[in-house]
Amino acid sequence: MEKIKKYSKVIYILWLRQLKRYSRSRARMVGSLAQPTLFLVAMGFGFGPIFQKAGGGNYIQFLAPGIIAMSIIFTAMFGGMEVIYDRQFGFLKETLVAPVPRWTIMLGRTLGGATVSTAQGLVVFFIALLVGFRPENIFTAPLALIYMALIATSFTALGTAIASTMEDMQAFPLVMNFLIMPLFFLSGALFPLTGLPKAIQLIIRINPLSYGVDGIRGILSHQMHFTFHTDLFILLAFTLATLAAGSYLFSKIEV
Amino acid sequence: MLAISIYALIRVMNIITVKNLVKKFDDRPAVDDISFDVKKGEIFAFLGPNGAGKTTTIKMFTTLLKPTSGQILINGFDPTTNSDDVRQSFGIIFQDPSLDDELTAFENLEFHGVLYNVPKKIRRARIEELLKIVELEKRRDDLVKEFSGGMKRRLEIARGLLHHPQIIFLDEPTLGLDPQTRNHLWSYIKDMNQKEGITVFFSTHYMEEADRMSDRIAIIDNGKIVAEGTAEKLKADTASATLEDAFLKLTGKAIREEGANAVDKLRTMGRIWRR
Repeated sequence: MEKIKKYSKVIYILWLRQLKRYSRSRARMVGSLAQPTLFLVAMGFGFGPIFQKAGGGNYIQFLAPGIIAMSIIFTAMFGGMEVIYDRQFGFLKETLVAPVPRWTIMLGRTLGGATVSTAQGLVVFFIALLVGFRPENIFTAPLALIYMALIATSFTALGTAIASTMEDMQAFPLVMNFLIMPLFFLSGALFPLTGLPKAIQLIIRINPLSYGVDGIRGILSHQMHFTFHTDLFILLAFTLATLAAGSYLFSKIEV
Repeated sequence: MLAISIYALIRVMNIITVKNLVKKFDDRPAVDDISFDVKKGEIFAFLGPNGAGKTTTIKMFTTLLKPTSGQILINGFDPTTNSDDVRQSFGIIFQDPSLDDELTAFENLEFHGVLYNVPKKIRRARIEELLKIVELEKRRDDLVKEFSGGMKRRLEIARGLLHHPQIIFLDEPTLGLDPQTRNHLWSYIKDMNQKEGITVFFSTHYMEEADRMSDRIAIIDNGKIVAEGTAEKLKADTASATLEDAFLKLTGKAIREEGANAVDKLRTMGRIWRR
């Protein structure tokens, strides 16, 4: 009991630190909103007429949930990879010599990063409203937060896991171009999954982000490829797996 | 029976015990079979040229690295098996800065206090007390990124002492500081040593500092302890007038190469980006 109290305090203070750091860097906040806004405007209006002609309906309705998911996974992966910055600026050592299990440190950081990313997704939701997006049912819309939070948690944990094995930022462009970009483009965030080549279909089915995008879109736009249960089950499993891998790799860090 | 109690007594007197400690990186020994003891309440200087194995040894003491072989006892606990007990026993001032620049002085201390499970009331009182001691109470709510190098060091010392550690490790604590700040830092440390009986284990390149401050000294070179004793003994053994001469006689005059590690490279890159 005593231990649970102690651990939850540690998790809380690390969570709080992530939030404070984020709220203090205005540039980062504004910068990370620019990309989703650009995607919404450029793609939404650019491909809108073609999408409509092809019988897909309103493209903004289809696209907005995908862009919300995109902003979450980008913020989450970067947030997780902050471990490398902490290594660079030395703060990581302060947490590694603390008399608490490393997994509590990892979990606190991850929940902090996940909270920030979910909030980021929420802001993008409001930007989408300005661009003309309308959720189908305003009362069930908050349910999308469940899927958003799961994407946020799992990808922050994934970012932490990757960063724990990296000594410096050299490999960062590699992660960006060979992991984050493909995860986003091949998740069904931008286009419907019906009628795609088998190989692409397979990749999208393996990509956990696809289920997050699908869940959010199902709730906000009433358009789905899988089912809510499948989405929830796969995302939960992925979140647990990344948290476990992240804790393990984080606890193995030597500086 | 007698043997056991003598052993227990030695354990109480020696707060750090090192036996045949070895650390190899890819078969290259960085620390090569060292043994020594540090007594409770002592100020112990750990000297050596660059790349001699000082930081590696301190990292093993502080649970940041696992030894290849040998035994360490810190405050009676083994860092490899009882890491949390060891961590609760010491405070550390690292060679490079380790504060969160985006947090205020108070927040950095508060964070540390929570990590070390210091109850809130005691924590708040202790933070105010320490901020006064290191003369940062007026900068309490300023972000650390606005602090000078000397102020950061002072804050790190306050942080290292916050949880009432038995031992404080200082890895080149005065590197790059002006004589005034150095003098100040040492007066806090000496004070803590005398008032609270904290054992001080430090490394430095300033021989005069080691001579003046330490009760005992160990000199490490190429991963081996080459001399151990009081400053007077080291000077007498090598027939030198100063500790600096004794040090040079013991470790030779060749300049040491130390490979840049990944973090050093990263720092250089960071500096380039910020321009």
